This record gives sequence, C-alpha cells and structure tokens, in this order.
Amino acid sequence: MAYETIIGLEVHAQLKTRAKIFCGCSTEFGGPPNGHTCPVCLGMPGVLPVLNREVVNFALKTGLALNCRINPFSRFARKNYFYPDLPKGYQISQYEHPLCEEGFLNIDVDGEQKRIGITRIHMEEDAGKNVHGEPGDPYSYVDLNRTGVPLMEIVSEPDLRSPREAAAYMRKLRTIVRYLEVCDGNMEQGSLRCDANISLRRVGESALGVRTELKNMNSFKHVEKALEYEVRRQARVLNEGESIVQETRLWDVERGVTLSMRGKEEAHDYRYFPDPDLVPLQVDAAWIEEIRASLPELPDEKMQRFMTAYGLPQYDAEVLTVSRELSDYFEACNRAAEAPKSVSNWIMGDLLRECKGDDEALAHCPVKPEMLAGMIRMIEQGTISGKIAKTVFGEMLKTGKTPEVIVQEKNLVQVTDEGAIAGLVDRVIGDHPEQVAQYRDGKEKVFGFLVGQVMKASRGKANPAAVNKLLKEKL
Amino acid sequence: MKITRGQVEHVAHLARLALRDEEIAEFTGQLDAILAYVDKLNELETDDVEPTAHVIPMGNVVREDAVGEGLLIEDVLANAPGRKDRFFRVPRIL
Ligand SMILES: [Zn+2]
Repeated sequence: MAYETIIGLEVHAQLKTRAKIFCGCSTEFGGPPNGHTCPVCLGMPGVLPVLNREVVNFALKTGLALNCRINPFSRFARKNYFYPDLPKGYQISQYEHPLCEEGFLNIDVDGEQKRIGITRIHMEEDAGKNVHGEPGDPYSYVDLNRTGVPLMEIVSEPDLRSPREAAAYMRKLRTIVRYLEVCDGNMEQGSLRCDANISLRRVGESALGVRTELKNMNSFKHVEKALEYEVRRQARVLNEGESIVQETRLWDVERGVTLSMRGKEEAHDYRYFPDPDLVPLQVDAAWIEEIRASLPELPDEKMQRFMTAYGLPQYDAEVLTVSRELSDYFEACNRAAEAPKSVSNWIMGDLLRECKGDDEALAHCPVKPEMLAGMIRMIEQGTISGKIAKTVFGEMLKTGKTPEVIVQEKNLVQVTDEGAIAGLVDRVIGDHPEQVAQYRDGKEKVFGFLVGQVMKASRGKANPAAVNKLLKEKL
Repeated sequence: MKITRGQVEHVAHLARLALRDEEIAEFTGQLDAILAYVDKLNELETDDVEPTAHVIPMGNVVREDAVGEGLLIEDVLANAPGRKDRFFRVPRIL
C-alpha cells in the first residue's frame, strides 16, 4: 500500500536572555544546583512574576523573520500538571492568544523550494531538571536552575511530507534563530528541542490519519532517523489491517526504535486558564517597527546576494550562508582576495574540513580570513601553485604563520623560469628512456607520468603549465 | 449543566486529591450548585461586552533583562521535605 507521510513539528528554543522570563535569576548554564533560584521561580506563595521585555523582543524577532502576523493582544495562561521539576504545579505559557501566528518558512529539498506553514509562536517558561540516582536509589534529585528560563515554542503546520523535509526544516529554523541571535541552536545541549507529530494516509485520501507524537530526538540526525523508523512502523501496522494508537512515543537512541510511553501517565488535560498574576501584553505598531528595523540580513536574502553580487553557484551560496560567522568569514576573505569562487572553494573544502561546520571551531581557527586571502592572491599571481598551496594551508593551520612567511621560510615560490624547468625536463627524459619510447609510440597516458616526475624533481614548485609546454616540445 | 460523579473523580485525580466516597457525593452536589449559579450569567445579553482580560485594566508590565541576586542555598532548601547536598530530594521518578 502506498502512503503519504504527514509531519508537523513543535520546536522549543531556549532564548539567550541574561535573566529568566519572570524573575531576575541568571539563565547561565551549569551553575551550582539551585544556585540560580529565587522565590518567584521556586514558586513560593505570594510572589508576583513580571515579564522580561527582552523575551518579547526575541519572540517578535523570530515571528517577523518567519513572516508571522503579530497579535496586538496576547496573554499568558497556566498549564496545570504535577511533576517534581515544576514547583508551582503549573507552567506559565500562552494558549488562546499567542504572540505570533500564521507565518511560513522556505526549505530546499533536492533543489526544490517548499513553503512550510508556521501555525504559531508563543513564549513560556522552562521546567527544572531531575537527576536520577543509581539504580536502587529510592530518590530523584531536583535542580531548579532551569526553571523559568525563557522558551519560545514554534509550531509548524502539518506541511512536511518526509523525514528529510523535517530535518531540512529544523536546520533552516536553527540557522534563522542563530542569525537572529535569539537562541544558540545547540540540540545536543537541549537549547533547541523538537517534538514531532506524524501520521500516514493512503495516497489520494484527504482526511488525516491517526498520529503519534515523537519525543527525545536531540540531534538533526536523530530527528530524521526517528521519523524514518516511525514511518516504517506505522506502515507495517496499517498493512496488517490494524489501526494506529494515538500516543506519545520516545526515540530510543541505543536501539534505534520508538517506544510507546503507555503506562506512564499522559496528562493531556492541562486545564489551561489565563494567569491572573500577569497582565495582558499589547504590542503596538511602533514596537513591531522597532524590532523590524533591528533584524539582520536573513539567510535567504544573504544567499540571493551571494549569488548575484559574487556570481557564486546556488550550492556555494547555501553552504556559505548557513551561519553568520561563516558568511562573515567569506566576505572578509573575499574583500582582500577579490576572487569569490576560489575563496568559496577553499572555504568549502579545506577550511570546513578543519572546522567541521562548527562556528566555535571557526572562531578559533588559526587560519584567519586575511591569511587565506593572502594565500589565494599568491596562487592567482602565480607565486605558488595550487598544489603547494595545500602545503601552505596545512602550515598556516599548524603554526598560525602568514602565507608570505611560510612561502619564504620553506622556499616554496613557484619556479616559472623556463631555463630551470628545461633542465629538469631533460633530466627526466634521460632517466626514463622506456616511458619516452612508449610515449613516442603513441601511448599518451605516459605523458602524465612524465609530468609527475618533473614536478617531483622540482619538489612541487615547477609551474605545471610550463612543465607541460616544455615536455611536449622536447618529446 | 449537570456535574457527574465521574467528572469529580477525574478532577480530583488531576489535582492528586484522595477523596472519600461521601466526599465525592458531597462535592458533586456542591459543584453542580456552583456551576448552576454561574450559569445565570447566560441570561444576560453580552454580545456588546468586551471579554475581561484582567481585573486590573492595565497591560505591558515588564522588567528589564537584568540579573539580580538569588537566594542563598540554605533559604532555597529551608522548606524542602527532603534534600541532598544542593538538591531537592523527591520520591524516585521514572
Ligand atoms: Zn528566580
């Protein structure tokens, strides 16, 4: 049976404010347990939460970047449930009147652009962290430092049609929140979390099938793998004539399967009601315009500009604009080198191999943009060959020295003097009579071997074009 | 609106209240009477009345994004039923 996959994602992004959403406690990660707490976030009786304005600014930025409508009136609600990491017995969230609604985000999959709808974006507080003891320990331990750290929940429409599209959506969302500098986007550390709703329906049908909710996918790879597994599982169940049970399932990383949470309580009865401790939030046009004016150039715009201003292929432009740090690196390097395609090739090849797409590594990379630019200029001017440049790049990485110093110290300047090269060519012809005879008999392939011998004799420094020319002449 | 015994049991469970049988019967009647009283509001014409967002007519009470002092750990844990080092200790979850 052929099925169509329907996926919607709920993403929680931890906002990079200094203080928590309703109190002045620090949001810093990794403080001493319960060291960043106060009567408000501990849920003591009689306290009054007050909204951190920066949380609204960050959510507004995201809403505008995702083409949302900003609601002029929004308010907070209590979501009631009991868990030890939730000291008040309710989470302050938004329910009927979220801050942002009806936006969209474009993703690219297999060269095709697709628009994914954003249902809503709302603000809420995070819960604390439970630490479980050794097996057999009858207790769990609670650290409330994370309680009250601001979160933004971004809910997509069920517009995603494959696990790959879901992963592409997550990547794009991460790129955007990082461009906006509202969230660090670290999935492994939990500052970006993803739950997925997934269902299958027979091709051609319009009604949605019964869905399951997947949790616990803490990397892009796992989002894709968990969804792929769930597609196979649901298809198997449906093919056997059974029906899907609406439930929450956890991705088990070790075993690579999703497991039902049945048996654990699923309190879907949250009894939301407006939080009387917090007054409504009114966002007027002036506030929205202030935020709009502060938006940086976003990834899609930047990609277009890289294609038109620098003449780069779409693939290059996409790779280079995946983070602000990387695109800044490219622009700084190209400002000095003025050779966009070469700069792009070196960044996408040798540089990213070293930095593994990690902006932290890029920031600490010993090869600074000006250094890479200097090296590319030396190639363009014929001072060094592309082959020697690989050696220079390796040295820059190892020592942090400038390419000019490396080329001088190691005596790597390209030999273009035809007299010097001719001497080497003569020597190679004399040393390899057998191959020379083969070449003269029409075995053209041997030519490459002879070029290689000359290059080797020059320790890579001979200008390849000159070697080619002289060798042809002399043979 | 007629409140049933089942609804009272459900709400009591969500609130983690252990009610005795006679309490369930008593609260079923009380809740039913309270909701019947609230139902009186339906007799009013409210089409032209803005829903009340908050009893105090104000909005946008916000704080700056500034970090202040928290509590000392001894104060944080002072009322905790159990503790270990700097943690609250609770019955094992999971
Ligand atoms: Zn606090």
